[in-house]
Amino acid sequence: MTPDPEASFARTYPILGGGFFLAGRASGEVKRGLGELPLPPELLRRVVIATYEAEMNIVIHAISGEISVSARDACVTVIAADRGPGIPNIEQALVPGYSTASDKARSLGFGAGMGLTNMRRCADEFRISSELERGTRVEMHFRPRSPGAKEKL
Amino acid sequence: MHLAEIAEILEAQVLTGGDRLNVEIPAVGASDMVSDLLFFGHPGMLLLTGLTKSSVVRAAQVADVAAIVFVRGKRPDRDAVELAQEIGLPLMASAHSMYDSCGRLYARGLPGVIPAGGAGAGDVS
Repeated sequence: MTPDPEASFARTYPILGGGFFLAGRASGEVKRGLGELPLPPELLRRVVIATYEAEMNIVIHAISGEISVSARDACVTVIAADRGPGIPNIEQALVPGYSTASDKARSLGFGAGMGLTNMRRCADEFRISSELERGTRVEMHFRPRSPGAKEKL
Repeated sequence: MHLAEIAEILEAQVLTGGDRLNVEIPAVGASDMVSDLLFFGHPGMLLLTGLTKSSVVRAAQVADVAAIVFVRGKRPDRDAVELAQEIGLPLMASAHSMYDSCGRLYARGLPGVIPAGGAGAGDVS
């Protein structure tokens, strides 16, 4: 997962599974970093929400992982890949409200079962693949949306 | 409605961000689930919550929340307050329950956030 060297923004963030204390920090840095580019606010908002959900999924479910974010012109790509248990049934995991989060995660307000739903809704292209006992990979692409199109976020 | 008026209606104590009470709040959302907040969140909204860890402050930052009120007498932990100070997010605490807090604000004309894509799961196609 090497960031595109010619992209106007390219960073990779390591994420620690179970690291609830630091959770959300990478997304905060993405927000600051991408915020310096001339991106439409609605695009930035969708990227940051989806990145946050991807980050939280790694924290909640995986051993470790990394998130790569790159931007060129007004197109943003986010790739989240983890080493972890994998998802036995992706179709089920994509059902809004379905969650396998731990009690600890739930006590912190996570585990609504809306993470993948939020990512898929925010992204213009969403791909997920998973291998049991190996890990999960989510790839998302974002482009500016015309006002009033599809979703307002 | 300004944050200062909201603090008055909720009889809330301002924990941090007292210099930003002139912020105009267009709408309110209430949730104890982070992803729900990100789902229905609206830039500039006020969040009512019972979550007290720093994770809710980070989520609020991601969702462009303008301020947080902790309800039913809950207090954010120290990390949450420090993070809020760092990012300039006002925090307040009210002894009223979630239900009563929502009711008080609604009765004064402050609307709820409109869920993107309606009340359901939204457009996930």
